[in-house]
Amino acid sequence: MSQADDLGADLGASTERRLLRSVVQVARHAFGAAAASVFLVDPDTGELVFEAVAGEGDDKLVGTRFPAGTGIAGWVAASGQTMLVDDLRESRQFSTEAAESTGYVPDSIMAAPLFSGDACIGVLEVLDRGAFMPAREMADVALLDLLADQAAIGLELLTRLRATSPDLRSDKAMQLLAMAEALLANTHG
Amino acid sequence: MSAGPGGPTPVAAAAPGTAPTAAGPPGVPGGPAGAAPAPPWRGAVRRHVVGVPAYGAVTSAGGADAFPRADLPGVGPAWAWGGADGAGVRVCVVDSGVEGGHPLIGELDRSVTVVEREDGTVGIVDCPPTDAAGHGTACAGVIRALAPSASLSSVRVLTDGKNGSGDALLAGLAWAVEEGFDVVNLSLATTRTTLAANLHELADRAYFRRCTLVVSAHNRPVPSFPWSFASVVSVASHDEDEPMTYYYNPAPPVEFHARGVRVPVAWPGGGTIRSTGNSFAAPHIAGLCALVLSKHPWLTPAQLKTVLFQCAANVAQRTGGAHEPGR
Repeated sequence: MSQADDLGADLGASTERRLLRSVVQVARHAFGAAAASVFLVDPDTGELVFEAVAGEGDDKLVGTRFPAGTGIAGWVAASGQTMLVDDLRESRQFSTEAAESTGYVPDSIMAAPLFSGDACIGVLEVLDRGAFMPAREMADVALLDLLADQAAIGLELLTRLRATSPDLRSDKAMQLLAMAEALLANTHG
Repeated sequence: MSAGPGGPTPVAAAAPGTAPTAAGPPGVPGGPAGAAPAPPWRGAVRRHVVGVPAYGAVTSAGGADAFPRADLPGVGPAWAWGGADGAGVRVCVVDSGVEGGHPLIGELDRSVTVVEREDGTVGIVDCPPTDAAGHGTACAGVIRALAPSASLSSVRVLTDGKNGSGDALLAGLAWAVEEGFDVVNLSLATTRTTLAANLHELADRAYFRRCTLVVSAHNRPVPSFPWSFASVVSVASHDEDEPMTYYYNPAPPVEFHARGVRVPVAWPGGGTIRSTGNSFAAPHIAGLCALVLSKHPWLTPAQLKTVLFQCAANVAQRTGGAHEPGR
């Protein structure tokens, strides 16, 4: 691997991470939520991996894995369906499991799948949204899905760009990348 | 194809309570004066179905469009499910498993799971009635609430294996169809185009074997299955709180809108939570199907769908159009 390749891979990876961080920050802010997180599906094992967290749990959860098909995020990834649940603290089983796995017990979870082509590559999840706003379930789910689609498109573009060797990247793609980097840099002030 | 010279026309939501007219829904832009406006089912296929989510567009009102229709005198809610409790009807929930013994569900007749064999193929084995995700339990509780005497069974198609849900979904659904369940609730969708042909064949097999598949609609900018097939009963959400109220959507592919927002659902561990999603709209229609079939067990899936159409709130005028305006 040449030095240029190394640099290219690193640049791509860090942009991906910053994109995901930006996504969860926007989601958390848009819903006035306690936390927002993105899981990506590990293509080899099907496990869900915490990739970015804003709010409760922050970055100490990043890298944590959950078996395929478990929990609400697991169901959303497996079924491709968006889902919102409230009153979770009423469920003893849920509370115990959540406390054991993340240390935080939310009262509500809203989760939407991220699609790349015809595959679900991850899940965008929002915990305890809108504590200070009236509940608007249908509109909240719609907004979450819009954010999820935008995040998925961003991820797909980055993945494609990374798959292209640096000398084949078009000027336009490099300009887009530079713009994305500048935007992301701004969100981190 | 579009009927009007103006090209495909989007459907405008009719105001609640607007009387249907023979000429088509009011508010639909037509061609030149004198040309009949295109009815909702002849317009362009909508990019997104109404329901959950709705991309900021009109949500529940989509199911209340006024539209011309033929009536079948005598077939209404009282005929369809008056006095019915679901007795004698076998319903199967194909999902994440169902927690048997939950106070809102009771015992299951059968609980099976898809397992991955050593050679990489999948099979079906009996399993304890548990639910690792909670979703199947929620769906089963909705069905039980509507059809208290129906028999409930569960197939878990979400496995921990790395094969993902594709093979498991096919195997679980095929099992349910072969076992002769009267109604199968499927609150799942797959976006894998490689599965579409197999799912289509399964949906057709179910249809001809008098097994009604009730499937939740999926509203993302990616094609998904099997809710979009004509042989199944597809369901999206309205945002009212009445469990027996549902609407026919005159601009399919999604055909019905049932309660899917703020639904109190059973959750593993014995309690309930409130949940929102098309996933919870489908079991309302599955429960209704069980009620109708317990009274009229000879109905084919085609006839059953006709009865559902006849009894929809915007067809039978059951509720007088008490719709929330779309958001």
